[in-house]
Amino acid sequence: MQRYIKVGLLISALLSFSAMAEALKIEITQGVSSAQPIAIIPFSTTEVVDGLPVDIAQVVSDDLARSGRFKPLSRIDMLNKPSTAEQVNFRNWQALGQDNLVVGKVMADASGKLLVQFQLFDVYKGEQITGFSIPASRSNLRGVAHRISDLIYEKLTGQKGAFSTRMAYVTSMLGSNGKTEYKIQVADADGYGAKTIVSSTEPMMSPAWSPRGDKISYVSYEARRSSIYTQTLKTGQREKLRSFKGINGAPSWSPDGAQLALTLSKDGSADIYIYNVITRSFRRLTRSYAIDTEPDWSPDGRQIIFTSDRGGKPQIYRISVNGGQAARVTFEGSYNARASYSPDGKFITMVQRVKGQYRIATLELKTGFTTILTNGQLDESPSYAPNGSMILYSTNDGLKSILAAVSSDGKVRQKLRLRGGDVREPAWSPFKTK
Amino acid sequence: MKRYQKLMMSLLLSSALAGCSMFGDEESTTSGINGTNDITDTSGGANTTGMSDESDFTGHPLDNPASPLATKVIYFAFDSSVVEPQYEAVLAAHGAYLASNAGVSIFVEGHADERGTREYNVALSERRAKTVQNLLSLQGASSNQTEVVALGEEKPVALGHDEASWHLNRRVELIYPAH
Repeated sequence: MQRYIKVGLLISALLSFSAMAEALKIEITQGVSSAQPIAIIPFSTTEVVDGLPVDIAQVVSDDLARSGRFKPLSRIDMLNKPSTAEQVNFRNWQALGQDNLVVGKVMADASGKLLVQFQLFDVYKGEQITGFSIPASRSNLRGVAHRISDLIYEKLTGQKGAFSTRMAYVTSMLGSNGKTEYKIQVADADGYGAKTIVSSTEPMMSPAWSPRGDKISYVSYEARRSSIYTQTLKTGQREKLRSFKGINGAPSWSPDGAQLALTLSKDGSADIYIYNVITRSFRRLTRSYAIDTEPDWSPDGRQIIFTSDRGGKPQIYRISVNGGQAARVTFEGSYNARASYSPDGKFITMVQRVKGQYRIATLELKTGFTTILTNGQLDESPSYAPNGSMILYSTNDGLKSILAAVSSDGKVRQKLRLRGGDVREPAWSPFKTK
Repeated sequence: MKRYQKLMMSLLLSSALAGCSMFGDEESTTSGINGTNDITDTSGGANTTGMSDESDFTGHPLDNPASPLATKVIYFAFDSSVVEPQYEAVLAAHGAYLASNAGVSIFVEGHADERGTREYNVALSERRAKTVQNLLSLQGASSNQTEVVALGEEKPVALGHDEASWHLNRRVELIYPAH
């Protein structure tokens, strides 16, 4: 029996090590001084649940730090580590300059099922702000931790947390056989649990989430010509959309999940088409001799923005999903491309060329006011978090392409490093739907 | 024939290897179907001219280093889909070759450098490839002998982030799959 336990321990140690190895390493490159101080005490465990594979308080702490809105207290600076309200001496935490405090514990019921309990306190009032008991299992503790982060974040900022979401992205890496391997992967928003959903020695690009977060559409050159596939994440089963001569690219789901906007060049130059998921029919939306591509739907599903060089240089245009005249949206700069809407529909984010450098910018639709958020040379593929707080994008780090994130006000920036290969084209998932 | 067997082998292998890790019981880890490696005899940027009929070359005309047919990659200026004068003879020769070999068909593969957004670059690279396709047609190549594939910046040949690499990546490749 003793031996079994040892083996079990070893296996779980190996598992957590491999989980670490595949993780993205996150480094906050630019913080903000107005971040709220918060103390997240390590969760206590009862004897029965010792040796948990996840340090819940650490995951919560990392989540909140990544948002840029919070500055979690380092564990070394904690005077003691209370796990219940009775053990908390609020004056101590006031002296450490903390606004808020989180304590918690992990317990097991008679049948061995886990229960994670936490409380969030206002240190100055000495009052509980919120508290929850969440049923858990050893395999979903990271998920529970992200849920706790969401609850704390929403309580303290008034904005829904996006820590339980995921991201899809493309990787490419030169294999030992001299061939480049292209992959589309999906990982938790903090980079853990990366899984490859499809791979090929031919290019893969443009992953796009369905609005329910259960499917991803992407472009693959696996059959030499480009095709668009829609893959169900749970089963791994995929469907190839009818493909045409020329470009089959840039898929983007309508907010109701009934249609895809995409780019085809079957009738000449690249144009935007609308694909009906149910009838599997295509409708042409734009008709220009120029390049029209990179469509994205407004959150109300009535407008589509896209990149077009009909005016000579690529700029962002907007058109009704029913067609008609397209109106130019961007006027600043000689290169604006790959725009997408913020979740509230008030802004777009896009790639703007600034003195030969490609940067991530936002544009407020009402005022036309443009803000440059990043300072890289080849920043691209911006993707809003579903709560609008952050924008994921890809940037260059030496010779490699890596993912990075910037708060939508540009104040907080971070790099996400994945071991090996180039990582690009991040797409932030929608909120989880049940 | 041998080439065909090889292709079949790699197809079998790739289907044997298919099926890896996904969320659940997933379907396929697809592999390059058309084995593009058969067709990468790209002779860098070398522009050989001089068409001596008395060449001792006895191999396939597409491999004759003394013929413009040996050049199968055409490079472009930044943000341009204009074929530069030094490639006119190359495209004339390929167009004429296709015109006199009606059974031969090729891929005209457009590429872009890494600057700018990915799907826009796909469209830009298609514009380059279509310019080349049109020039081949002018020489008598029929439209069903040439197929444009636009790869944008997805298949760079040089990986640096500088003009030297970018120049090599802004290209159109003429690919004779059966050769």
